[in-house]
Amino acid sequence: MSAIRDSEAIRPPQSAGGGRSAWQRLRRNNNARKLVACIIGALVAAVITGPSGSVSHPTAGFTGALFHPRVIVFLVLGVLLWLAMVGRETLSENIKTVTAPISMARTRWLGDPKVRYSLYAALLIFAIIYPRSLSSFWQGVLVDQIGVYVLLAIGLNVVVGFAGLLDLGYIAFYAIGAYSCAYWTGALPIKPVFHLNPFVSIVFAVAAAMIAGVILGAPTLRLRGDYLAIVTLGFGEIITIYANNLQSVTGGAGGTNVVPHLSVNLLGLKYHWKLDSLPYYYLLLVFVVAILVMFRALENSRVGRAWTAIREDEVAAEASGVNTFKYKLLAFAMGASTSGFAGVLFASKVQTLYPSSFALTESILILVLVIFGGMGSLPGAVLGAAVLQWLPQFLRGKINQADLFLYLGALLIIMMIFRPQGIWPSRRRARELAMAEAGLTEADAVSGPTAGEVQ
Amino acid sequence: MSVLLQLSDVQVRYGAIAALKGVTVEIGAGEIVALLGANGAGKTTTLRTISGQLHPHEGRIFFEGRRIDGLPAHEVVGLGIGHSPEGRRIFPRMSVLENLQMGAYRFGRARKDDLDRVFALFPRLLERRTQDGGTLSGGEQQMLAIGRALMSRPTVLLLDEPSMGLAPLLVQQIFDIIREINEQGTTVLLVEQNAVQALSIAHRGYVLETGSIVMSDAASSLLVDPRVRAAYLGEGAA
Ligand SMILES: Nc1ncnc2c1ncn2[C@@H]1O[C@H](COP(=O)(O)OP(=O)(O)OP(=O)(O)O)[C@@H](O)[C@H]1O
Ligand SMILES: [Mg+2]
Repeated sequence: MSAIRDSEAIRPPQSAGGGRSAWQRLRRNNNARKLVACIIGALVAAVITGPSGSVSHPTAGFTGALFHPRVIVFLVLGVLLWLAMVGRETLSENIKTVTAPISMARTRWLGDPKVRYSLYAALLIFAIIYPRSLSSFWQGVLVDQIGVYVLLAIGLNVVVGFAGLLDLGYIAFYAIGAYSCAYWTGALPIKPVFHLNPFVSIVFAVAAAMIAGVILGAPTLRLRGDYLAIVTLGFGEIITIYANNLQSVTGGAGGTNVVPHLSVNLLGLKYHWKLDSLPYYYLLLVFVVAILVMFRALENSRVGRAWTAIREDEVAAEASGVNTFKYKLLAFAMGASTSGFAGVLFASKVQTLYPSSFALTESILILVLVIFGGMGSLPGAVLGAAVLQWLPQFLRGKINQADLFLYLGALLIIMMIFRPQGIWPSRRRARELAMAEAGLTEADAVSGPTAGEVQ
Repeated sequence: MSVLLQLSDVQVRYGAIAALKGVTVEIGAGEIVALLGANGAGKTTTLRTISGQLHPHEGRIFFEGRRIDGLPAHEVVGLGIGHSPEGRRIFPRMSVLENLQMGAYRFGRARKDDLDRVFALFPRLLERRTQDGGTLSGGEQQMLAIGRALMSRPTVLLLDEPSMGLAPLLVQQIFDIIREINEQGTTVLLVEQNAVQALSIAHRGYVLETGSIVMSDAASSLLVDPRVRAAYLGEGAA
């Protein structure tokens, strides 16, 4: 008897005082809290994107943003975001009913090799013809912003998407490739042992990037995934700091001397790349297609299976006879050399290298491109890089340039809420996320589930 | 009977902790040998050391007369030692078929007759061959783990607690299948908590206690040994 009375005593008192309990109820209400958060977020966004204050009107940034009709637009957007969050379940159900037939058609369609190859051919023809009609500004974007980053994303996709290794210093290999090219073509303050044509320097630069990858990977790839992320992060920083501070070698923050444009003079084939972007674009296209074909073949080979197994469960992969260290190192070295290769093309295109092109944010950007496109998916990496690199250029002049990252950040957040698998996910990645949603495994951006020692 | 796998005075440490303190075990070709012991005795450590995931700090391991204790795990598989690890560790996002193909990785691709053999032993896997490994039931995952290890055509199969977490009926079935695998010519080293059932299909058995072998005998003798019965069957102390 007394036990029952005790347990009743523990129960919290029923509504004590009207006003307070309403406030508490509101505080406990998840949806109401989300609404408040969205509105605050909207106001913050309004202030950030609004006018800036000055010495004479220090509060103008706030008053100009909050007491101006445009704040209504932000509030509406905030409420819409709240609705999207609250109605996420029903919304994604609805989206699924709309997109299910499309994705089914996609798999059935693309499953047919004839359709798939005709689609690839059509895309390739489009990629050859379309840029000719673009303005020279967009042709430049196509090379500097899109083409080079497509190459970088494809390379990082092998490391992160295929083998599941988180490389946060990926840009370092790009820097090594670019500065190697500058070295061999005589554009650095220190003079090379012998001068090379930039085209020939590709071999040396790619080798340098690959060797750097192996030197960095060999000791760290024996460790677990998280260590690799930290080591590569540090390595990326070291390289940028060197590029900045080793003035006598790299030219420092002032940049390198002029790297000559590419030229070939081989077996009667003579060509000189110039300021015009289009020839660079076609060169990139050739290499991107060649590398895509190569990586696709690898993905479907024994090597690709080894990478998948490593990503899924490294111990089980080893126990199945996969030399996990070798394949991890291979993925890492392939990513590094692709990155180094992109660096050479970049160097000879822009001609002057500055350390700021190789900052940590660039490594993160490339990772974002890969995740946005669809981790582990080659078409995804291409699409992700193309879309996300095109967008800022497209928005140029349409929005306040200072707010660019606000919009891109919002896009990424919305994308990760509604389509975490990316634009064009790999088949397996889509399965991973479906299983994670069903609570069977965990899915994070990079590694597979870490099946514990204990079951 | 020729000795197929031999551990002589094997010592293994995890940092400063000695997990195996001189284990000597011999497994003859064609045998089923049971390795029994309480939780934390070092059974899993023994299997992982044999398959090259751990390396002994002292002692030697011979397989078919060849010293293997320094070899990396992927090479040990290539010699013909298959390991179905504790906790199954199947590839969760690969289909059943892909999991089995991974087991045959040392050959490049799965051979048809190996697949047929696994599907004959575990018809359930054939039914579920396109299903993702991670969505299988616990018992099915265990079958897949054993099947995957068989795909490498092992001469000796190391099984770490194949009956863990299974319903009694399924436990019996798994033990019958282990016997069948053995009758088809594969030597088996079986780690088990289910002492009676393990000893009833085994030829010989070893008892491991905090890193040392304390008993070894024919399975039939261990089964009636009062000390074993006291320790594993909860019968009154000897
Ligand atoms: N990675 C590790 N690091 C440190 N100690 C470990 C590690 N793995 C196992 N041990 C210790 O080594 C001893 C033997 O462990 P092992 O896993 O071999 O036992 P087991 O006989 O398989 O037990 P169980 O029946 O519970 O599976 C235990 O004391 C355990 O705590
Ligand atoms: Mg164990």
